[in-house]
Amino acid sequence: MAEASFDFVVVGGGVVGSSIGLGLARRGARVAILDQGDTALRSSRVNFGLVWLQSKGDGMPEYGRWTRRSADLWTEFAAYLQDLSGIDPEHEQKGGIAFCLGEAEFEHRRNTIQRMHNQVEPWVYETRMIDRKAVEALYPGVRFGPEMVGASFGPHDGVTNPLRLLQSLHGALKRVGIAYRPDAPAQAIQSDGGGFVIDTPAGPFRAGKVVLAAGHGTTGLAATLGLEAPIVPERGQLIITERVAPILPIPASGVRQTRDGTIMIGTTHEAAPDLTTRATTANAVHIAERIVRLIPDMARVKMVRTWLGLRVLSPDGFPVYMESETHPGAYVAICHSGNTLAAVHANDLAEAFLAHRLPDTLAPFHPRRFHVSQAA
Amino acid sequence: MFRKLPDPACATVAVTVDGQAMRVATHETAASAALLAAMGATRTSPVNGEPRAPFCMMGVCYDCLMVIDGVPSRQACLVPVRDGMRIERQAGARALAFGSAETADV
Ligand SMILES: Cc1cc2nc3c(=O)[nH]c(=O)nc-3n(C[C@H](O)[C@H](O)[C@H](O)COP(=O)(O)OP(=O)(O)OC[C@H]3O[C@@H](n4cnc5c(N)ncnc54)[C@H](O)[C@@H]3O)c2cc1C
Ligand code: FES
Repeated sequence: MAEASFDFVVVGGGVVGSSIGLGLARRGARVAILDQGDTALRSSRVNFGLVWLQSKGDGMPEYGRWTRRSADLWTEFAAYLQDLSGIDPEHEQKGGIAFCLGEAEFEHRRNTIQRMHNQVEPWVYETRMIDRKAVEALYPGVRFGPEMVGASFGPHDGVTNPLRLLQSLHGALKRVGIAYRPDAPAQAIQSDGGGFVIDTPAGPFRAGKVVLAAGHGTTGLAATLGLEAPIVPERGQLIITERVAPILPIPASGVRQTRDGTIMIGTTHEAAPDLTTRATTANAVHIAERIVRLIPDMARVKMVRTWLGLRVLSPDGFPVYMESETHPGAYVAICHSGNTLAAVHANDLAEAFLAHRLPDTLAPFHPRRFHVSQAA
Repeated sequence: MFRKLPDPACATVAVTVDGQAMRVATHETAASAALLAAMGATRTSPVNGEPRAPFCMMGVCYDCLMVIDGVPSRQACLVPVRDGMRIERQAGARALAFGSAETADV
């Protein structure tokens, strides 16, 4: 078969690869996105949908700034996607809440917020603690349990509908002329002087540059190109309820209501070295117990589903972006919070990959930070 | 729309369907009682307001959600009738808080 030739081949068609690919094509590059079929592990289809700033970047202020930049770009990004694809990713930015049950949680949250404010310019988070009365004013229809003492409120937080986002991205890819190939997972990648040849079951693809953004499938491919993609997979389970009349106008980190009325409740954090994805009743019970402490009326709302996804987490939870030194023009991009970062990936990150060298602003995200000997 | 095959020997119970009193056979479900009452739509979609009525009659499609004895979102096709049962149409999505603590037991 004749080789298809592109400026960029992006490996991985989840929210991360699709956002980057769209950003590249929007700036004039000829792009192919290689993906797997529907059986793939795909965090982009199982997540909570938040576009979230307030908890991001403790210990790495650059991540806070990067996330704030994405939050600021998101409204325009959503309009662009809707325009191009005709599918509304249902983005809203009305602020977000992290509820505290009991004084200890409230104090802990206050300290975390304070510590994060101390690490970075005040404009980045603007998150503040609010008391029970102020929380009640934000949710006039909700009767909270007695333990809810207050919350943190982040004015830049928001949500998207993750399934619509992925659909909208894929619609937009088509419109900008990107070759999206779910029948062509990358099997091996070789560099050949001027570029790269990517072997797939659908034949070879040739590209000047290659971006590895294949979520849990990235690590092995990266190693062959002098790239690093360390991932510590983590299971996250959530509960979905029947539809309820609109009651939660503002999303919270563990509970939000979709436009259609469904309430999503989450989530667990369990190490998942074996990449298994079985949801458990014990997890569902654990999630349900907390939501009933927060909002006792939830005890009478029916659960219709529970499911579990695998987070693409680096060892410190922050994104990993790098260009290969041995194979210039080969890049890696893996992160948790791919919805949140979709807007900045389609803008700043795509621009960085188009330029000759990654800008210094991305240096903190290089995986050399995990090399203990160099961190001293 | 629906007519029952005659079965004069069968025992019946009294129920109300959207306020209308009727007697139905003991083996009916709330959904079949609603169909016999010819009430048309038994609920409206919370997403687009469209009318819905029982479809599969075996607990799969969720189109039969109704308010039964004051409890919303019950799958009427899976609820056997009981004497004195109140079966009502459900409009859109249920409220988060409803009824008193006594109705919590569903
Ligand atoms: C429970 C849970 C809740 C979450 N909540 C949020 C949230 O509220 N907000 C938020 O922003 N993020 C959230 N996330 C994180 C978010 O889902 C991920 O960051 C994001 O989906 C990662 O996208 P991705 O494109 O890197 O990975 P994926 O969606 O996993 O996509 C990777 C793609 O690469 C493909 N692939 C793999 N190997 C190959 C190969 N060899 N060749 C070609 N293609 C390949 C796969 O088929 C897949 O399509 C959550 C995650 C979980 C699990
Ligand atoms: S009629 Fe289908 S679930 Fe009741």
